[in-house]
Amino acid sequence: MMKTVPSRRGLRTLVDATGEHLDEALVLVFPSGQSFTGEEVVELHLHGSIAVVSAVLRLLGDMPELRPAEAGEFTRRALDNGRLDLAQVEGLADLIDAETEGQRRQALRVLSGDLGTLAEGWRHKLLRAAALLEATIDFVDEDVPVDVRPEVIELLSTVQTELAREASGVVFAERLRHGFEVAIVGAPNAGKSTLLNRLAGREAAITSEIAGTTRDVIEVKMDLSGIPVTILDTAGLRETDDVVEGIGVQRAKDRAEKADVRVYLQLPDDTVSIDLSTDDILLRAKSDLHTGSGDGISGISGDGVDQLISDLSGILSSRVATVGVAMRERHRLAMEKSLGFLKFAQNAMESGVFMEDLVAEDIRTATRAIDSLVGRIDVEDVLGEIFSSFCIGK
Amino acid sequence: MKHFDVVVIGGGHAGAEAALAAARMGVQTALVTLSQETIGVMSCNPAIGGLGKGHLVREIDALDGAMGRVADAAGIQFRLLNRKKGPAVQGPRTQADRKLYRNAMQAEVAGAQNLSVVVGEATDLMMDGDRVVGIILGDGSEVKSKTVILTTGTFLRGIIHIGDVSKPGGRMGENPAIKMAERLDSFDLPLGRLKTGTPPRLDGRTINWGILEMQPGDDDPVLFSFLSKGVQAKQISCGITHTNNQTHDIIRENLTRSAMYGGHIDGIGPRYCPSIEDKIVRFGDKDSHQIFLEPEGIDDHTVYPNGISTSLPIDVQERYVRSIVGLENTTILQPGYAIEYDYVDPRALSATLELRSVPGLYLAGQINGTTGYEEAAAQGLVAGLNAARAVKGEETLNFRRRDSYIGVMIDDLTTRGVTEPYRMFTSRAEFRLSLRADNADQRLTSWGNEIGCVGEARWNAFQTKLDAINDTKQKLTAITFSAREIASVGVNLSPDGPRRTALDALSLADFDFTHIGELYGDELDQLPDILQQIKNDALYANYIERQAKDIAAMERDEKHVLPKDMNYSLVVGLSNELVQKLQHAQPRDVAQAGRIEGMTPAALMLIVAWLKRQKQASLEATHG
Repeated sequence: MMKTVPSRRGLRTLVDATGEHLDEALVLVFPSGQSFTGEEVVELHLHGSIAVVSAVLRLLGDMPELRPAEAGEFTRRALDNGRLDLAQVEGLADLIDAETEGQRRQALRVLSGDLGTLAEGWRHKLLRAAALLEATIDFVDEDVPVDVRPEVIELLSTVQTELAREASGVVFAERLRHGFEVAIVGAPNAGKSTLLNRLAGREAAITSEIAGTTRDVIEVKMDLSGIPVTILDTAGLRETDDVVEGIGVQRAKDRAEKADVRVYLQLPDDTVSIDLSTDDILLRAKSDLHTGSGDGISGISGDGVDQLISDLSGILSSRVATVGVAMRERHRLAMEKSLGFLKFAQNAMESGVFMEDLVAEDIRTATRAIDSLVGRIDVEDVLGEIFSSFCIGK
Repeated sequence: MKHFDVVVIGGGHAGAEAALAAARMGVQTALVTLSQETIGVMSCNPAIGGLGKGHLVREIDALDGAMGRVADAAGIQFRLLNRKKGPAVQGPRTQADRKLYRNAMQAEVAGAQNLSVVVGEATDLMMDGDRVVGIILGDGSEVKSKTVILTTGTFLRGIIHIGDVSKPGGRMGENPAIKMAERLDSFDLPLGRLKTGTPPRLDGRTINWGILEMQPGDDDPVLFSFLSKGVQAKQISCGITHTNNQTHDIIRENLTRSAMYGGHIDGIGPRYCPSIEDKIVRFGDKDSHQIFLEPEGIDDHTVYPNGISTSLPIDVQERYVRSIVGLENTTILQPGYAIEYDYVDPRALSATLELRSVPGLYLAGQINGTTGYEEAAAQGLVAGLNAARAVKGEETLNFRRRDSYIGVMIDDLTTRGVTEPYRMFTSRAEFRLSLRADNADQRLTSWGNEIGCVGEARWNAFQTKLDAINDTKQKLTAITFSAREIASVGVNLSPDGPRRTALDALSLADFDFTHIGELYGDELDQLPDILQQIKNDALYANYIERQAKDIAAMERDEKHVLPKDMNYSLVVGLSNELVQKLQHAQPRDVAQAGRIEGMTPAALMLIVAWLKRQKQASLEATHG
């Protein structure tokens, strides 16, 4: 975000009030308007020992006009001073939390203000649509375009298309932030836990030869080609009289249903007992013991594991590819709300029988929803657009 | 020495309405004017109303103000603007006969109880410390008053420009109020400079009307006042013509001789009322601009060419006017001119229009940076009512954005200030679907009655109307139709929908009272305007419900009252720019703070959090 190198910088000796030497530090002075917060900032780059840092902090803390920043205070000030919009602050938070390469890239896109730029574009188009309508309302006797319908409809439909695309990506963007879920399912003793252990490279789930060992859902987080993935090891699916195991089986089914991808390990005499969708993966379990047709897998021999990883990466990467810069459920809700009003406004205008004031109200509500992605709206903006575009005034 | 409760300086639209409002409240009021004859003079275009402006007039009328009645008496061409659009954005407008208007307004003033007219020039204010306690007239005599309302229009250091000739002046032929300006200077108020312009006035007898397109008034005129029964003056048509390439060439060649483009003017003019020079420079690709030729009166041959205001020299004005179709042989009676004047930054006012730093002194009209008769009159009303309330020791009146265009304007002015002469538009009102011209009385008359500014005749008429609406609504709730029945009369509705009351059915845009007649077989015996009002209410019902959420949010913010003279630099995290704006505007509450230009939700949160901490700290101090 810092696009300038501070003009005042240098290696300085830090001394306390008595003149005692504290450290040799690199000191950077950012003038106001050129720092992260927008305020004048001085950075002291110290040698990292605890003793040096605490000595300097103590010295600074003794100065009456100084205090330590509160958690997130620099970011909050950057927001207050208009250096960052709300979405960028969210992006920054994501960047700090990023664990995988995919997350880092995504957070950086949001932090660089891509969502703000998109929202600004939509806002600008809707402002233009509102201004066209308002011009026909407030300046009816003046030199303004008579039939603004074609342009307004065009603007509304462009924004809707883009909004819909962004909104549909949010589900996967959320996954990118919190991790996709891949559920390993199959009959008891199909080698699910062994496969999980093989994937995770450690003993995460208890494995034994007794069927039904895994009674709860076990999660292991992984980084698959930069995409965060949580692998779920579920209880084996079978009819059971054991109440506790029965709960485990039900829980396994529920979690498997909600997961992004299901990997079903099928034993020779097993019929698949859950619904699989196109992206789900069906494998021949325990390929080290059972031969047969179809792709086999074995957590013990490692057979088919690389193939599984590559298949999963492929499936998840293609989903990540649809992710835009909107990251959060909050963004999706705002965009869906906006979409709803825009659809309504466009339908009304296309029907030919519509009231300008109602359509304008729908557009206003839609614009405010978009503004909530980053903050603000103003009637002066609409009037400004009118005045800069048309010759108003008798 | 004379003693009054309220003294109003200036008899223009703001002054007359202010004096009448204060007098209606039962306090002793004086209207000080240079001459009796200038009360109610229309100095610019001879028209009242329009979009947003018509709404203001209806609201003034709903509070029993004079403008609506006077405009109805003087109206010579009534047109309801946006007749084909939604009722929320329809605005009544009329051409007004200058003389009839002036006479009717002077009659209102003469007939008002508690109101005296004082002829003279108010040259100075009498002070007792910070407080204004009266005025001094040109002859040195003193008039004591508990409150003073200043409505001096463009008189404050007014300079008139015609080409490169400029001279001090208010309106043409009148003296600017220099001494009063000096007194205001001593208050150290934030002042700014604005400009406005007028077109040359034409001799209607030299216009070739025969070849021009004519625009008549509406066949069924919509009047301003809820009390008026019909038009009173003879109705006329306006002419329409256009500028052409030759006109534009003449203006372009002489641009440097225009006061505006010759660099003689510093004031900022309105974007929505550009001079013809502006139009040609800024919209160079247009080769024609529309001009309305508006007669100034029935027995007045002066014509106001609406659309060609200018500050070019007289000889250029003559040449370009004569290049226009129909005006080839037209004589100019009075040249067009630009006028520059001082205004007081309205952010120095509280919502009562009293100057925060000078108790007892109220400002209304153009002096606050607005333009237009309607905007001026509405401010006059607000100042007049509030001055009277202050005299009586009653609580101040708060006109709210969600109740009236008046509230929108007062809030815009006192919160955001102005950067150009402020004019009302419907798009300024975020709750415009409920702030309609047709329901101004339902929004304001009961409130006005509580305040005490509504007379008996209006109150009775309003109650009769309200009873009729409620009776009819009750009947309509008792009648129900199936969706199939409603669809059967040609309304766009799925026949499988639920059964609904006739009142609910009216919220369908294409369902109206004729359909109810068809289906119900019995005519609802009611006046057309009552039925129209019910239809309008129903039409917007769903949207107004949606807006109720916005209103609730606004009310929540209004509960966070900000302390008077709050020092915003104490709020950690606010940008310097916002601190300055907040210091300047001193918003009443968080809702108003939120409307300050450049305000962010995060900054508002900081203010709210700071307030909470202050409260907490003072609680602990008292208990500790």
